[in-house]
Amino acid sequence: MSRALIHVPPRARAGEIIEIRTLVQHPMETGFRPLPEGGFVPRLILRRFECIYDGAVVFAAELHPAVAANPYIAFRLRATRSGGILFRWIDDQGAVREERAGIEVI
Amino acid sequence: MDFAALSRRRLIVTGLPALILGLSLRPAHAAPPPRTLTAMREFAGGVAPMNGRVLLDIPPLVENGNSVPLTVSVESPMTETDHVAEIALFSERNPLPDIARFRLGPRCGQAWVMTRIRLGDTQTIHALARMSDGSVRAASAELLVTLPACIEG
Repeated sequence: MSRALIHVPPRARAGEIIEIRTLVQHPMETGFRPLPEGGFVPRLILRRFECIYDGAVVFAAELHPAVAANPYIAFRLRATRSGGILFRWIDDQGAVREERAGIEVI
Repeated sequence: MDFAALSRRRLIVTGLPALILGLSLRPAHAAPPPRTLTAMREFAGGVAPMNGRVLLDIPPLVENGNSVPLTVSVESPMTETDHVAEIALFSERNPLPDIARFRLGPRCGQAWVMTRIRLGDTQTIHALARMSDGSVRAASAELLVTLPACIEG
């Protein structure tokens, strides 16, 4: 299983804008790398990223081969409610990788 | 008058306009290549992008094109009625024009995204932001890549 690093502040005030940072281990094989015997290394990239919080997809990304290996995505969210934040990455073959973090909203 | 100084001055006087002309003729200032334009037009959905409100922060000189930090932010109140709906990044000289697209909404609080991208060549990067009212804002950045993302393996 690939490693994922998630940074979510452990607590925030209601309405505060927090920064979320995510890093997931993945080669992001572009499909443009030639093989010595001819042809190319087949493409295999993480195509989609989603962040689900307080009952909705609050941020999503569509990734292309131009995203660097081990995709790093940081974004901001408004803290609304204590609970879990779900992070989901989906690759070209439909394989799903999920990670969870929690936040306490005071 | 010292002859060497005079000729140096003459070089500066005659050289400066040539330098300005040379800079203005650099290919990076030309219109984006057709496939990048097509991808950007498809994203904009028939709306003419306006400059301003989008801030694209990327180093102007990149030593390693395999991982280039990029931050894009858009001035927006991020309310239910006035927010950034989507941000898209486009490349002029990578094998594919699309880099990434980010879907945002009022629950983001701020339209701000940071990621790391690959660059196969010295080029111009474009960031387009589609607002909730359908208008599109744009920014671009030119950068010099000394070691492009290696496609040779």
